Amino acid sequence: MSPWRAPVRYLALLTRQLRTSALLTAQYRADFLIDGVISVFWAATAVVPLFVVYGRGRDTGIPGWTFGESLLVTGWFVLLQGVLDGAINPGLQAVVDHIRKGTLDFVLLKPADAQFLVSTARFQLWRVVSLVNAGVVIGFAFHEIGHGPSLLGVAEAAALLAVATLMLYSLWILIVSAAFLVVKVDNLTYLFSSIFDAARWPGGVFRGGLRLVFTFVVPLIVMTTYPAEALLGRLAPTSLAWSLLGAAAFAGFARTVWLGSISRYTSAGG
Amino acid sequence: MRGWRAIPTMLRVGLAEAVAYRAEMIVWVLATTMPLIMLVVWTAIAEVAPVQGLQGTWSSKRFVAYFLSVFIVRQLISAWAAWQINYEVRQGVLSMRLLRPIHPVISYLVENVAYMPSRLFITVPIAVVLVLSGGAEHLSHRPLIWVAWLVSLLGGWLVAFFANCAIGALSLFIDSSVKVMDVWLAGFFVFSGYLFPVDLFPPWLRVISEWLPFRSQIGLPVELMTGAHDDGELWGLLARQWGWAAFFMALTFFLWDRGIRRFQAFGG
Repeated sequence: MSPWRAPVRYLALLTRQLRTSALLTAQYRADFLIDGVISVFWAATAVVPLFVVYGRGRDTGIPGWTFGESLLVTGWFVLLQGVLDGAINPGLQAVVDHIRKGTLDFVLLKPADAQFLVSTARFQLWRVVSLVNAGVVIGFAFHEIGHGPSLLGVAEAAALLAVATLMLYSLWILIVSAAFLVVKVDNLTYLFSSIFDAARWPGGVFRGGLRLVFTFVVPLIVMTTYPAEALLGRLAPTSLAWSLLGAAAFAGFARTVWLGSISRYTSAGG
Repeated sequence: MRGWRAIPTMLRVGLAEAVAYRAEMIVWVLATTMPLIMLVVWTAIAEVAPVQGLQGTWSSKRFVAYFLSVFIVRQLISAWAAWQINYEVRQGVLSMRLLRPIHPVISYLVENVAYMPSRLFITVPIAVVLVLSGGAEHLSHRPLIWVAWLVSLLGGWLVAFFANCAIGALSLFIDSSVKVMDVWLAGFFVFSGYLFPVDLFPPWLRVISEWLPFRSQIGLPVELMTGAHDDGELWGLLARQWGWAAFFMALTFFLWDRGIRRFQAFGG
């Protein structure tokens, strides 16, 4: 048997799942317009707080961060919010529903990895609009800063985008695993995005215990502040290395917890 | 109206539900810790140099008092009827509510009120922290203001609750109004005083916020607590808040009575 058989099969499965999502979204075309308008609105409300914080001048706000630099963090936040709402949250909602209704059985019975199936079950493809919003905010940020990023900075930021996506996804798996224990948790999506909201601020404002929590437990600082620092050319290479290692460890941990949870799953309801 | 006699029982049922789903409540409280994040952000800024607002300067201690008050008020004015109504309309379970001899909006209201006592388990400790952390000097010391605060808290909750119901009732016309609620929430975050005191708004933002209902929910009760208003402007602000409450109440019943005729109880 060729060693490439499993990856090829899962790639084919992913394409199939993506096509289903595309068909589903194409069915609700009016949503595109509404979602687009709403995501522009959300991006605007993410930027407005910065205007209040920096109301007195471009350099008097968050200590150690100018207006443009803070805006860069916010831009990265808008980008990750798009990833979260487009690729991660819809699936989360679906699994929580499955667990409550007992229909997760049908997923578990399928001859493919259950984690893969639930993770790729649903994508909100319209959320691509968020990426455009993020591009505008980041562009505006660099306009404020006055010079563009270095090539190395862009490469580091791209690596950190992968790190952040993997971490968000692992956190999501951990939260879903909690849904196996406490069944009535409809609000998990809401909880997830509201904790994530703290990521719009540069990590420098958090100190002491909160800084530790946001670096190691819910690594918001790694997700938005590190990429901004990388683009500004002031991220230590060791931080990047640790982030990569941390993301891998996080993903491994989430996988272990997930496997433990489904082994204890005793179909409810249906 | 025989139905009204059912209210004490409904309150008891709601209370029991709140106790049964206490894990869910912890999730909700964790989801509303934004004021505490903002507290951290603003104190970090104020430690470098006090922030100049329109009415006096903001030291880090004043920010602590403000945002702890925001957290308390946010807990006490919670309303979630919009999501509940959307869910019940989509699943068809609203039909159960329609069979009862009590107006559905009233039953949502009673359920919402029944969840309030359990919220005190969170707000009372935070209030103690607020007073002990030296925030007391930034709180109002006048009994009249605290009476007005209670009135504004009730008013703020009425605005929040009936805005929720009005948006929820929209789902009877457009299948799902969850997205309308998202827009409402975005406005709420920016204009209510939830992320920053209205006192620090740039002028253009302040003008917009004067014409929107959001400040009535959080801003006004918190500003009263922290002694930002004198007796003169107090009554005008309260009148405006209760005006919004009356507006959303009227809108709710208008939309509900029109919309319920279209309801077909699919699903349930």
